[in-house]
Amino acid sequence: MDYFGDPNVWLPWTFAALMSFSILIYVVLDGFDLGVGLLMPLANDDEKDRLVASIGPFWDANETWLVLAIGLLLVAFPPAHGVILTALYLPVFVMLLGLILRGVSFEMRAKAPIAQKPMWNFAFFAGSLLASLSQGFMLGMYIMGLTWTLPHVAFAMITAVFLTVGYSFIGAAWLIWKTSDELQKHAIKWAKGGIWGLVLGIGAISMATPFVSKRIFERWFDFPQILYLSPFPIASGALVIFLWWSLARLPLKNDRLSWTPFTAAVGLFTLAYCGMAYSFYPYVVPEQITIYEAASAPESLFIILFGTLFVLPAIFGYTLLSYYIFRGKATELRYD
Amino acid sequence: MDTLLLSRIQFGANISFHILFPTITIALGWVLLFFKLRFSATGDRKWMDAYMFWVKVFALSFAMGVVSGITMSFQFGTNWPGFMETVGNVAGPLLAYEVLTAFFLEAVFLGIMLFGASRVKPWVHTFATFLVAFGTTMSTFWIIVLNSWMHTPQGFELREGVVFATDWFDIIFNPSMPYRFVHMMLASFLTVAFLVAGISALRMLWGDKGEDVKSALRVGIISASALIPLQILAGDLHGLNTLEHQPAKVAAMEANWETGPNVPLVLFAIPDDETRSNKFELSIPNGASLILTHKKDGVVPGLNDFVTADGEVRHPRVAPVFFSFRIMVGTGFAMLALSWGGLVLLRKYGAGKMPKLALFAFCAMSFSGWIATLAGWYTTEIGRQPWLVQGVLTTKAAVGDVPAGMVLSTLIGYLIIYAILIVVYIFVITYLARKATRGEPYSIRRYPRGGEASVAPLQAGA
Ligand code: HDD
Ligand code: HEM
Ligand code: HEM
Repeated sequence: MDYFGDPNVWLPWTFAALMSFSILIYVVLDGFDLGVGLLMPLANDDEKDRLVASIGPFWDANETWLVLAIGLLLVAFPPAHGVILTALYLPVFVMLLGLILRGVSFEMRAKAPIAQKPMWNFAFFAGSLLASLSQGFMLGMYIMGLTWTLPHVAFAMITAVFLTVGYSFIGAAWLIWKTSDELQKHAIKWAKGGIWGLVLGIGAISMATPFVSKRIFERWFDFPQILYLSPFPIASGALVIFLWWSLARLPLKNDRLSWTPFTAAVGLFTLAYCGMAYSFYPYVVPEQITIYEAASAPESLFIILFGTLFVLPAIFGYTLLSYYIFRGKATELRYD
Repeated sequence: MDTLLLSRIQFGANISFHILFPTITIALGWVLLFFKLRFSATGDRKWMDAYMFWVKVFALSFAMGVVSGITMSFQFGTNWPGFMETVGNVAGPLLAYEVLTAFFLEAVFLGIMLFGASRVKPWVHTFATFLVAFGTTMSTFWIIVLNSWMHTPQGFELREGVVFATDWFDIIFNPSMPYRFVHMMLASFLTVAFLVAGISALRMLWGDKGEDVKSALRVGIISASALIPLQILAGDLHGLNTLEHQPAKVAAMEANWETGPNVPLVLFAIPDDETRSNKFELSIPNGASLILTHKKDGVVPGLNDFVTADGEVRHPRVAPVFFSFRIMVGTGFAMLALSWGGLVLLRKYGAGKMPKLALFAFCAMSFSGWIATLAGWYTTEIGRQPWLVQGVLTTKAAVGDVPAGMVLSTLIGYLIIYAILIVVYIFVITYLARKATRGEPYSIRRYPRGGEASVAPLQAGA
């Protein structure tokens, strides 16, 4: 196959890469702000405000990556989009409900009468919880090939819990970076409590994935493919050990290394995600539809690609600008 | 009830809920920019106070718009898989451009606009405000392009039942796009003008004599009275365009059953799809012919032309189109009367001494833009039925085979949450107005203007 000659080959590939990339960014970015939402009940009233302040300027842009990912699935692989979303109809609904609750209570907790604040804080937590659980559930169902049988649903429930704990971990890691003093110490404690979820989650998915199909099993365990895959578990193991080590020592003087748990967590998410992408390629609906079968007409994909090449760098630019403007420890959110 | 009907109701409910908030944010972004620029130019504190009040409403509306919009982007896959499978090659790039050029811009600069004032130079903050307003307008542009293409499709060819794009210029500048875009932008500005005037009137009734409130009232009334004639003109031209491309819709809007000259303008009637006639008709002779063709004996299409020989009905249900069109136009004329009346009173008494009755009227009309906008969309969208993409794809062919019970349960879920959220939204806006009236300060900071050195922000905590 001539890779650069035939747009029917490299266009679907490029779009699969773009889509996976935006899902990964979504999982990491909204992962931390959903995680911060999950930690709300553990914080006292003062801390709650700072928790929210740490994600205030970012959460909306973070969610936009979900819109982009879903949009790319929709535009580049329309048949797969239909199959996946009709199969996941109910969990999608629950996720949307969660995202609605959370986005609205984010605004309301600051604007509604003070007496209602505890209620909106709770809604913020509940929304984050619903969204995280349903995303984990969808992840599990996706791995299991989108068929609703009892064992598959049971597996999906397990991934739901693990992903939720994993999000709370990356949320806590974010707080270690963006807060100081007592709250930072609390965040370190929360991170220690959450790291097992991430480890077990990645473990469970890694155990289950090869048994989903013979194809994936061979890709994992046959020689020489096993060599391609081996860096993933080794690097993940190293990151987990590093996290254990650093969480036991933080906080250090002058806030040194407070950014490392978050970075390491991003690394872990990325590795796990790439491992999955490697296993499922070239399928967009596991074992049913490949990216090549599902792709839209090349003319249309070209048009989108053209725009993407110009716009994506700009998006990166101003996203970085916004993280730069709001660098440093989170302060109170104010409009003036 | 079957999946098709339920999915239609669910889609209608979701988009109706969604559009309420974009209509506000699209124009309010520009109004905020206006307040900000006035402040930079005059240094008058009242403009910043107005900014500070309305930016809260903006933030709240924006959040509602984003979360309901995310719901929208999943609807295509969960309920209308046939839509993307058939017209994905056109709809896909348009939606992708919306996300890429508009959503990220809005979302990222919103953070800077809302929370960045104390962290960046004044001009950067003003620029961020501009980019947010610009982003909402871009997103309106792209989604309206898609929506008008669904009404007046061109620039494509069908291969094995699937749409392939042939000419992107034709697709983007399809015949109804300019009318729809202008009409929607004006609708959004009118909605905001009446909201600003209405909430300011409410605060004055509660005894708020602040300069910022008076100025906001003035801005609201003046812009409303300037824009409403333009909207009526744009609506008229829009109708003529529709007559050319979707005659069945116009026939339904006018409840006209038989094609012919000298067609009367029906003011009121109860159109009956069973007997194919109007009951209790009240009409102006030759009116419809005059409005639509500008000639007394102009020929107006009738609904009976859109029934095939074997009796299949190829026009929309008449009553919903007929009534929602009248609600929109009625609201439009009510807006005309009130805003011009308000303008006269404003010149006579000034904003501070407006008669109570006028203030009440503006209060009552605070959300009139919502009513007209929804009614307009219902006219447009129901009027396109049974087509989803005019002449290309029927709504029936696009629906997904999700069990009806499942759709019903999610529909009930959405309706409950939307009902709660609407009540909470309106409550919180009036609560914010109440709080502002009580004179709680918006800010303890001195705002720097462009050019002045910025003052170190007084900030509690770290
Ligand atoms: C006339 C304007 C208009 C119309 C008809 C629609 N929208 Fe919308 N939408 C906007 C104008 C808008 C906006 C002004 O750009 C919003 C409102 C608040 C906001 O954040 O952006 C928005 C937000 C918004 C978002 C969230 C963007 C973000 O994360 O920042 C999504 C995903 C959608 N919309 C999707 C849709 C879909 C799929 C629609 C049609 C079926 C639709 N919208 C109709
Ligand atoms: C924002 C204002 C809009 C409103 C209030 C609105 C309202 C509606 C309503 C009430 C229907 C149901 C008609 C019927 O089935 O009898 C409908 C149908 C539909 N509209 Fe819109 N619409 C809007 C914009 C859009 C846009 C921008 C798009 C696409 C880009 C769109 C796509 C559709 C689709 C796919 C259907 C078919 C599903 C259905 O029949 O319910 N709509 N819309
Ligand atoms: C009073 C005179 C008005 C006239 C003659 C008029 C005319 C029309 C027509 C003919 C349509 C249907 C377009 C189609 O065929 O698809 C329409 C749609 C619409 N109208 Fe109006 N309109 C008027 C006032 C208003 C007002 C005051 C608002 C809101 C503030 C409004 C908002 C809308 C919206 C949102 C739509 C749907 C989007 C579109 O198709 O542009 N209209 N209008």
